[in-house]
Amino acid sequence: MNEKVKELKVSAIENGTVIDHIPASAVFQVIKMLKLDEFDQMVLFGTNLESKKYGSKGIIKVSNKFFKPEELNKISLVAPHASVIEIKDYQVVKKTIVEIPDNITAIVKCFNPNCITNIEVITTRFDVVDKEEIRLKCRYCEKITVKNNMVFK
Amino acid sequence: MKNKSLVSINDYSKEEQLRVLEVAREFEANPVQTILKDHVIASLFFEPSTRTRLSFESAINRLGGKIVGFSEASNTSVKKGESLRDTILTIANYSDLIVMRNPVEGSARFASEISPVPIINAGDGSNQHPTQTLLDLYSIIKTQGTLDNLHVAFVGDLKYGRTVHSLVIALCNYNTTFHLVSPVELKLPSSVKMHIKEKNLAYHQYTQLDEVIPNVDTLYMTRIQKERFSDPLEFERIKNSYNLHKDMLHTTKENFRILHPMPRVNEIHINVDPDPRAYYFQQALNGVYVRQALLAIMLGMR
Repeated sequence: MNEKVKELKVSAIENGTVIDHIPASAVFQVIKMLKLDEFDQMVLFGTNLESKKYGSKGIIKVSNKFFKPEELNKISLVAPHASVIEIKDYQVVKKTIVEIPDNITAIVKCFNPNCITNIEVITTRFDVVDKEEIRLKCRYCEKITVKNNMVFK
Repeated sequence: MKNKSLVSINDYSKEEQLRVLEVAREFEANPVQTILKDHVIASLFFEPSTRTRLSFESAINRLGGKIVGFSEASNTSVKKGESLRDTILTIANYSDLIVMRNPVEGSARFASEISPVPIINAGDGSNQHPTQTLLDLYSIIKTQGTLDNLHVAFVGDLKYGRTVHSLVIALCNYNTTFHLVSPVELKLPSSVKMHIKEKNLAYHQYTQLDEVIPNVDTLYMTRIQKERFSDPLEFERIKNSYNLHKDMLHTTKENFRILHPMPRVNEIHINVDPDPRAYYFQQALNGVYVRQALLAIMLGMR
């Protein structure tokens, strides 16, 4: 019953991808990371929805779009427990959980102000050295950026 | 190893590092060889450096190579706002290899990605200074006859000392036992200790210098800078406890040697200098042989 009520809050889509269990605070970040603000098809989202597991959550539904795993995995930095559901003809055809990738390109700023990536126009690249705590090692200055001081580009 | 840039000590495997040391030995035996007489080497020092720059230039000159470059950025296009990308792409046209020191961390890795000629990192801010590590390894192998199974003490500022970090990481390949002597505020960071732990090597931490001296093969001294302390009184309190005097050397192993990346201020008293166990000036000279070896290898002449 409860599930149905939730579904009504953000209407169902016929075909596309549902990204569920996003922390409420990260919904807009996920929209930005996936470039949904520039997407030309229907995008529905809700935030501060009730969640049994997490207290409050956000959900995004994107019509006629199926993401590649590497596109989706980058959202794991802000939504580590997000689940991704592919929908065809209103039916769930695939359900996956995002995974933290081995390296991160372009989306995060290096924490070190004296890093070359903060001085010249350079795409940032990090190796994920700790997937539990989320610690990123810059390929350039070799300094670690941790979750608490992560700034997204 | 030909044309392969050296940005971080880990860019070279253990075997590649040993190969550099082997070639360095050859140059020590015969330092003047004009094998680079047809080469132009760019020496780009965006911040002043005495030892590293002069030892590179000495190495290049002894190999008969030509040098173009600058020793500080103030009179260059960088001052006019040119990007590092443009500077490197331009200077790569004029040279066969670029030696660069730059205060910006990661600048050497970036340069190595865009440059068509190999880059030697001569220091990028607080990050890496791999030629110092190679000359330290060379100094240890020369004084100890081996790099394996040694007891090495690191003394002073182990928190910020870039030379310490790189050498500790490099020595993790050789079953080293580490003796880490520092004030509590300046202990070796966990990111470096991680490498020791990964290899299951032994390390011991101390706050007093005298107790390690009788037990170690190599004593690697570093300078403690006053600015590292939030409380200046704390610095005053500890500063003399990490100073090495002649009187502290009465009991040492026979093979015991003192190294220091230099410059030294007062952490080694000048009364230690005449002692045959003081090795830091030869260590600086070894920098020339190691840099000769690197240049020769990277330019395909060895």
